[in-house]
Amino acid sequence: MTALNSSASDSKSADGPSRPLKVALIGNPNTGKSTLFNALAGLRARVGNYPGVTVEKKIGRVRWDNRDIDLIDLPGTYSLSPRSLDELVSVDVLLGRQQDVGQIDAVVCIVDASNLERNLYLLSQILELKLPVVLVLNMCDVASTRGTVIEGEALAEKLGVVVVQTEAHRRVGLDALQQAIVESVSRDGIEPPTLFPDAFYAECDQLAALLSEWNEPAMPGYLLERMLLDVGGQVETQLAERQPERGLSSLTAARKRLKEAGCRIPMTEARVRYAWAREMLTGVVTRSAERRVTTSDKIDKILTHRLGGLLIFCGLMFVVFLSIFTWAEPFMGAIETAQGWVSDFVTGLIPPGALRSLLVDGVIAGVGGVIVFLPQIAFLFFFLAILEDCGYMARAAFLMDKLMTRIGLSGKSFVPLMSSFACAIPGVMATRVIENRRDRMVTMLVAPLMSCSARLPVYVLLIALFIPSRQWLERGLVMFAMYSLGVVVAIFVAWLLKKTFFKGETPPFVMELPSYKWPSPRIVFHRVYDRSKAFVTRAGTLIFATTVVVWACAYFPGDHGEVNAVTRQIELFNDEFGEELKSKSLRSSKLQGQLELLGILRSSDTSDDDKHVASSKLLKQKRIVDTSAETVRMAATRSSAQNEPLQQRIDELNAKLAPLTNQRNELSAQLIEGSILGQMGHAIEPVVKPLGWDWKIGVGAIASFPAREVIVATLGTIYSLGSEVDEEDAGLLGAIRGAEWPDGRKVYNTPVALSVMVFFALCAQCAATLMVIRRETNSWRWPAFTFVYMTVLAYVGAFVTYQVGMMFV
Amino acid sequence: MTTLDTLNENQRARIVDVDGDDGIAVRLLEMGLTEGEEIELLGFAPLGDPIEFFVRGYRISLRKSEAHRVQVELIEV
Repeated sequence: MTALNSSASDSKSADGPSRPLKVALIGNPNTGKSTLFNALAGLRARVGNYPGVTVEKKIGRVRWDNRDIDLIDLPGTYSLSPRSLDELVSVDVLLGRQQDVGQIDAVVCIVDASNLERNLYLLSQILELKLPVVLVLNMCDVASTRGTVIEGEALAEKLGVVVVQTEAHRRVGLDALQQAIVESVSRDGIEPPTLFPDAFYAECDQLAALLSEWNEPAMPGYLLERMLLDVGGQVETQLAERQPERGLSSLTAARKRLKEAGCRIPMTEARVRYAWAREMLTGVVTRSAERRVTTSDKIDKILTHRLGGLLIFCGLMFVVFLSIFTWAEPFMGAIETAQGWVSDFVTGLIPPGALRSLLVDGVIAGVGGVIVFLPQIAFLFFFLAILEDCGYMARAAFLMDKLMTRIGLSGKSFVPLMSSFACAIPGVMATRVIENRRDRMVTMLVAPLMSCSARLPVYVLLIALFIPSRQWLERGLVMFAMYSLGVVVAIFVAWLLKKTFFKGETPPFVMELPSYKWPSPRIVFHRVYDRSKAFVTRAGTLIFATTVVVWACAYFPGDHGEVNAVTRQIELFNDEFGEELKSKSLRSSKLQGQLELLGILRSSDTSDDDKHVASSKLLKQKRIVDTSAETVRMAATRSSAQNEPLQQRIDELNAKLAPLTNQRNELSAQLIEGSILGQMGHAIEPVVKPLGWDWKIGVGAIASFPAREVIVATLGTIYSLGSEVDEEDAGLLGAIRGAEWPDGRKVYNTPVALSVMVFFALCAQCAATLMVIRRETNSWRWPAFTFVYMTVLAYVGAFVTYQVGMMFV
Repeated sequence: MTTLDTLNENQRARIVDVDGDDGIAVRLLEMGLTEGEEIELLGFAPLGDPIEFFVRGYRISLRKSEAHRVQVELIEV
């Protein structure tokens, strides 16, 4: 076997203290590795991707004992047998073959002290890499409550490595660990135990000879062994590519010979490693004879119960959903308000013009458009971090797996998809927990089809207009139909993707159910901070850029001289009369309200109940002191008299303001029509006509690429109502109802409304989601693919809806 | 001899072998479901799948199809 390590200690002393040391952290999932990494490296970790894969590269620089050390957090794994490209990355890093990381100086193997046997499987593989190893027995407190007693020193003696006992979440043992790591670097790796029968090593040597005969580059001993052991694994696949026919056949022949010699591949590996693990632990670890029923077990009895567990699960999912949908709202509102203040401030500072528009509608809108997602992301990851850290997520996947396998996914896809109903951005980010690359990709690619909260304003607007309101049931049904449409299409697309682009053997669902523990506030905080930061820095910049580009398309070309002048006039007017108009309008509406209530009291048609409600309100406002007819009559006269001059003044001011506002809105609408955006809208009109749309809707659809909600404001502008309208604005509703084609036909009817809704249900008008997909997949191919497939689906869906709808009209 | 997916709740069995040499078989072996180990069925998910077991000191969940790969001998109580 090639000894890669003899040069390692040479290079360590040759470079001296200048080169930062590289220490890799590895361990099973659920061993507290993240907690340990964060405790050692703090928040200073650099996060990125290894080139060509979706594995996250996480490196934290620390300075201990006057040396710079890079702590490399490798993904949690149960074994170092590379079956996929992602898994090969970890092995390559440890072997020093990952170029951007380089030579590894030591490995810290984190082990769950209450699960030693299974964890030692991984350790036996790590020892074969011949690097200095520090074994960390983490979660010692949990082990002792389980009745497990570990003799740390005896274990260290037997294994030949340094053993440190820690409780990472309580920050116990960290100093000792630091010291052990620093010391380990100057040692050599130990000679690994000989686990396999001689026949196996003989075959390996034969294989090595064969490979050099074929002029294959020399391979580290560990990878050579993996090639033989991993049937269908990465190393074998790579050999088969380079040596078609003879590569695979010699491996198969070698395995056959080994089977005949009593050394079956792959059984033998598990057998020898676990036998070694058991031997190492004999006399060193004493477990209580009976399996104690722990608190964790008792909790699980309820939480994985067929009925009770399911109900609790639904309840929890509802809470998570609610948090993103509802509880994040006030925060988002606050951000929008803050955005408004900044915009107003800038508006007050700079006269109307290109610069101001760029700053307000481009830059500030862009930044706001990124930050506004943070509450939803923070809330989702807050709850997910708690559920994951306490151990519940595995149970959630357990409960949902059967349902998800029907679609071709696994239980682990459930929570990300469900979260996407509120907002696909945190949903896509949450797919990180799905280890299997194919499953993760498919989940990410269908997540945007779950009707997110941004589609709601579009649905609300169009349903209010065109679904007959005689029966609220009909409206609710249409809303439900839109949501269901997303789900149904997602199921179909997931199934299709699994059959085409993401074909492959069904990944194992074999999953550990870790013991429950109290979630650590530190971990939860780190998680929320991590994900939020990742979103802002990676996706945020791109979202911002998109918003500015769309702004430019809506602004240029166009002579804004006139509209700017009118806007200036409006602002001067508001400077002078704004306050007055506002306060008088407020007073007037209050008085009008009182007059209405007084009218109720005086009328003979109103019920006693209504009268009672009205009078108590008026008494409270101190408009009347009693409810006698005389008092009421006098109050009415008084209110009327007070309101008249107010109303007059308001009308006077509005008469001055209204024509200016109308002029501005009209000019804005014209400018949009003449802009690049408007021209694009006109250009695509023949394309959208079969959907029943006119160019204005086309513009709205294009303009809403950065974010779906934008369509409402865009429609407002196009219909000369200004952009401050929302989906409940009476003016907008009226304008849409009245919109006509040049030949006088009404543009909007029920089939058109439905076609617009279907388009928005299926379209990818959310640059933010696409940018997050780009970040998670480390390539532009997949966001582009998502955009294309969803737009095609949306177009076809809208087309079918309109054409079929028109047959019934 | 039978397969792991035929067990009832709270039944214990001893593992004899694991079928196949693909990713699923390897995963089962890596997770410690090796010859001679004792395994206990703890419970089922709604719809009967996946199934939760206790083996080598920890809890593991397997799909029915995955459990079917594991050949076992029932341990009479």
